[in-house]
Amino acid sequence: MNFLRNYLDKQKPKFEKGGKFEKLHSVFTGFESFLFVPNRTTSSGCNIRDAVDLKRTMIIVVIALIPALLFGMYNVGYQHFKAIGALADTGFFELFFYGLWKVLPMIIVSYVVGLGIEFAAAQIRGHEINEGFLVSGLLIPMVMPVNAPLWMIAVSTAFAVIIGKEIFGGTGMNIWNPALLARAFFFFSYPSMISGDKVWIAGMPDGFSQATPLAEAALGTPLNYDMCSMFWGFIPGSVGETSTFCILIGALILIATGIGSWKIMLSTFVGGFLMAFLLQNVLPETNPYVVSGMTPLMHLVAGGFAFGAVFMATDPVTSAQTERGKWIYGFLIGVMAILIRMLNPGYPEGMMLAILLLNTFAPLIDWFVVQGNIKRRLKRAKAA
Amino acid sequence: MSKVVKLKRGLDIKLNGEVGNTVNSVGNCSLYAIKPTDFRALIPRLVVKAGDQVKAGEVLFINKYKPEIKFTAPVSGTIESINRGERRKLLEVVIKADNEIQYKDFGAADVNKLSREEIIERLLDSGIWPMLRQRPYDIIANPQDTPKAVFVSGFDSAPLAPDYEITLAHDLEALQAGIDCLKKLSNKNVNLNLRANTPSSSVFSKLKNVEVNYFEGPHPAGNVGIQIHHLNPINKGDIVWVINAMDLAIMGRLFTSGKYDARKTIALAGSEVKAPCYYQVITGAQIGSIVNGKLKNEVEERIISGNVLTGYKVDTNSYLGFYHNMITVIPEGREYEFMGWATLGCKKFSMSKTFPSFLTPNKKYTLNANYHGEERAFVVSGQYEKVLPMDILPVYLLKAILAGDLDKMEQLGMYEIAPEDLALCEFVCTSKIPVQSIVEQGIELMMKELS
Repeated sequence: MNFLRNYLDKQKPKFEKGGKFEKLHSVFTGFESFLFVPNRTTSSGCNIRDAVDLKRTMIIVVIALIPALLFGMYNVGYQHFKAIGALADTGFFELFFYGLWKVLPMIIVSYVVGLGIEFAAAQIRGHEINEGFLVSGLLIPMVMPVNAPLWMIAVSTAFAVIIGKEIFGGTGMNIWNPALLARAFFFFSYPSMISGDKVWIAGMPDGFSQATPLAEAALGTPLNYDMCSMFWGFIPGSVGETSTFCILIGALILIATGIGSWKIMLSTFVGGFLMAFLLQNVLPETNPYVVSGMTPLMHLVAGGFAFGAVFMATDPVTSAQTERGKWIYGFLIGVMAILIRMLNPGYPEGMMLAILLLNTFAPLIDWFVVQGNIKRRLKRAKAA
Repeated sequence: MSKVVKLKRGLDIKLNGEVGNTVNSVGNCSLYAIKPTDFRALIPRLVVKAGDQVKAGEVLFINKYKPEIKFTAPVSGTIESINRGERRKLLEVVIKADNEIQYKDFGAADVNKLSREEIIERLLDSGIWPMLRQRPYDIIANPQDTPKAVFVSGFDSAPLAPDYEITLAHDLEALQAGIDCLKKLSNKNVNLNLRANTPSSSVFSKLKNVEVNYFEGPHPAGNVGIQIHHLNPINKGDIVWVINAMDLAIMGRLFTSGKYDARKTIALAGSEVKAPCYYQVITGAQIGSIVNGKLKNEVEERIISGNVLTGYKVDTNSYLGFYHNMITVIPEGREYEFMGWATLGCKKFSMSKTFPSFLTPNKKYTLNANYHGEERAFVVSGQYEKVLPMDILPVYLLKAILAGDLDKMEQLGMYEIAPEDLALCEFVCTSKIPVQSIVEQGIELMMKELS
């Protein structure tokens, strides 16, 4: 790779202060450090450093997303050919490539718009380009319906990156998960494109409609799908959220590498299950979810619950940052998601709002934990 | 009533170049230096000039604002040069040593028969006092204070650290005199902390008149700050004194021999050393005289006075740090790595499980001084807590320092930490945050605002 290194070294002066492309300095260093880990060595503090960096961390999350993404692509094809009634004569690869063809543009739009804004913001501030959007940029298409118009994805992404992240100071400073903010913006701006029964299946024939199982349950109609197909993911829904199985593979990767907090994931599922169990026994039998026969376990595999618990709630920047806080934070997400879902049948997808709500309150949860630490220290001083 | 404290959090970084058991003497070392920069927050006033003759134990410079604290020559000889840096900051007072060391005589005495004041006077006059440091702030102790306790760590858990059992094997008498001396200084509250399962044949096990406690677990279990936190934590207004075990022997020798005898056995370790072993040197020895001819010279090397986590970079013309008991030599690692963040990285070490190093916990690594990434904002949470065995929330404390919020710093435990205690946090940090510099900054701020 010497020729590439030599080439970069030759181009470097042009991008430095006073050079021809001074205005692209951040972009250049962004790409340079993407290709080559810099040669900078320590000058103060520890002489040696751990091999991990933010790029490594983010790439692990991207790897963890890949099973759900690939299945999502396959499922887009599967749902399409099922809807037109040609499932039996279509091969596996045909299904997959149909989905790839639909989903790839969404990914490209999200990355191009988001990274473009990140690059510009980094240059204006004189910062280096942060790796955070590598993950957000993939999450955004995965939480969108496949029929979402590309320009709407572009606008939502721009909103999330600018309002959700850059005005707070970029990666590490944001309050809300950028990908969920994009979805929330989309949801409230173009509600007809992200709910109902027309948007979940690509290339749907006229007159055919198919809602997600969750939306069906919210209306009190008996479920078309059993637990099994909901767990494996052969159901309509946002691109990446349908297969709880693939999401759990991702969860395993995140937990094994220590990148995602198992405390948050576990407490979210526990909170959701307990709340669903409680509500099922407390709510009157006319509640649509009770009517439709959703069990507490089904709540955890339906809609975006699992995806949110594994990939969204665990975002280290917007979640609680103290170890005790993480238990509380996750538990409340689970509780709120099911609460919103079951008590407000007009709005079945409670996960998005639950996470954004708890993102908002995460600093408060941490505040109590920090106060606990301070009080312990004061008590110790008095005892001495 | 010995306690055994088991620490779970922490990290042992296993490096190549562990030190062997042999002790050698270095050949000719003629230049020695004392560096005022080794002492936190010291404003020195020079009392010698180039060309002056000094004996070992005679004053080189003093603390400008506390003139009773003196810094003395470790060897006898002629002042070779006074090296200054930017804005005439005093960096090094260099002594060209005589062939035979002439010692200033402070008079041998039985510590137990001296009064506290007499002991303090002797320590101050001989220049041994600066070895006593106080917590909070990790600065030279104030002779006017009476500490609530004195702590000595009987082992060093840092990577490649010297084994005190070897470096202090013949210093039982001096150590005992040192302990007796501390006892007088601190109203009898002297704590010695040893690694759990220290054998009774150990030189430390033979010491009397001292409260011994045991620590078990990975680095930083040997850091005295961690030990204080678990045995006798520092609250607002408390003062605890600490001294390194190697310096304790030098302190003891002042009373047994009447001389400032600054000889010590240090470790020369690290992957770039041909045959890592111990060397007998004198405080402030020139680095070149210790390392020349003993390095592999295969790659660009980084010579560190001290250990890899808290030591600082030196070159062969520089001098051993005042508080340092080892020299580590590792590769500099000033090279680009193509897609380094994406490779499997079998030769890399990481506490995070994103590299396969966690599968082979006993493998030893050759680590260099490369950053392995770029500085970022705090993103990953829960990482520092894994390597800091204290009831402290490190990220919140660091943020309080960055915000200059004195109240919060105090409430979150600023009095209990020194930069070395958070060195591992800096090592593991994904965002490459300069943790130790931030702690330094916090100490500076607290001293400025609260005194």
